[in-house]
Amino acid sequence: MLARRIIPCLDVREGRVVKGVQFKNHEDVGGILDLALRYRDAGADELVFYDITASVDNRSVSPDWVKKVSEVLDIPFCVAGGIKTVEAAGARLAAGADKISINSPALMNPELITEMSDAFGQQCIVVGIDSFEDGGTYRVRSHTGDPNKQRETGRETLAWVKEACQRGAGEIVLNCMNQDGVRKGYDIRQLAAVREVCPVPLIASGGAGEIKHFKDVFEQANVDGALAASVFHKNIIPIPTLKSDLSKSGIAIRL
Amino acid sequence: MSLIIIDTGCANLSSVAFAFGRLGVESEITAEADRIKQAERVILPGVGSAPYAMQKIRNRNLVPVVRGLKQPVLGICLGMQLLFDTLEEGDQRVEGFGVVKGHVGTLETLEKPSPHMGWNTLKTVKEDSLLKGIKDNEYAYFVHSFASPVGDYTLMKCDYGTSFSAIIRQDNFRGCQFHPERSSATGSRILKNFLDLPA
Repeated sequence: MLARRIIPCLDVREGRVVKGVQFKNHEDVGGILDLALRYRDAGADELVFYDITASVDNRSVSPDWVKKVSEVLDIPFCVAGGIKTVEAAGARLAAGADKISINSPALMNPELITEMSDAFGQQCIVVGIDSFEDGGTYRVRSHTGDPNKQRETGRETLAWVKEACQRGAGEIVLNCMNQDGVRKGYDIRQLAAVREVCPVPLIASGGAGEIKHFKDVFEQANVDGALAASVFHKNIIPIPTLKSDLSKSGIAIRL
Repeated sequence: MSLIIIDTGCANLSSVAFAFGRLGVESEITAEADRIKQAERVILPGVGSAPYAMQKIRNRNLVPVVRGLKQPVLGICLGMQLLFDTLEEGDQRVEGFGVVKGHVGTLETLEKPSPHMGWNTLKTVKEDSLLKGIKDNEYAYFVHSFASPVGDYTLMKCDYGTSFSAIIRQDNFRGCQFHPERSSATGSRILKNFLDLPA
């Protein structure tokens, strides 16, 4: 049976892993390779590396660290941040990334999803969506790496999920911004609504604070994977304990 | 041990080389026919679109080269699918290497999300040296939308909506639908078993 995935997210800034609360006030949590190996050993199913400053500063992620991560890891990993062209995506895949994830560049140029999907296959193109609830409507924001450059896109989340999938996204990572970093639980209602319209694998992001939150999001929103950062970086939830507890609850988990 | 990874022109060839590096075995990525023919072990990697990959392979005149190989060959993901007679992606149909009798088509996932992405369990259909030490229900990492049905060539199968071939063998040609280079200890064991196969 296909296992639900536990995915630590490593926000990368200037070659270090950082974590902020609601995308602000970043603190240093460690080196890229150290954390990659720590999570691999702990039983992470996959890793996501987001270069959180790349989009806003108009930079690209360094393929150097992508290659180093690929050399040491024997689990899949995804690279995100500042990937705006088919060539940039290709360079990261060639360096060993299994998937690339695009967010703000896809919003500015949705055709990019199709171009990348045609060039490398749907399976390695992930579309990340930062969604914010506003008066009962879910709306997409872009350039969320910097609070001063963050903007409303005028797009509704459900419509953007559908469009991204039609254009060739192979997976959706939905980051529910109201929940991010505050550890009050995933936004089950929003994720369940997105699940209804999302034909590709869906990954929940934002809000994990305790083991029950993971159980709830798998059982109630039927997501394929759950992504989290601070609870893993700060060892509030040890991954082996999380996976063993979920497995005992009857959720399909790779132990 | 001389190990060649065929340069199929697809992205992500290096992660396969790195996986063998972790086993202490150097590999060479090349599309040169002579280098491929002389190698003791040959890997046929690939991700992405089959028509695109086969076009690259034809442009490099590699079809007769691969078909003529007698040493152990391991296809990975799309590389495994290309070993079959025919592949169908949407309305596109393409001829593979034709060393395994059969067809690759859309994986019917029924109500489940597609692509099939993540860690899924393996079930033995036939014993083989490639499976030494691999037990039923071990997890491997899959990322694909197309698959070959279970057939005479199937060594291990997997279920996602429907059953499909996870590991295949036809004579010296073997293949994994999943990514052994990203399948943790299980994948590493399969790659080691491949290196240890009798020539």
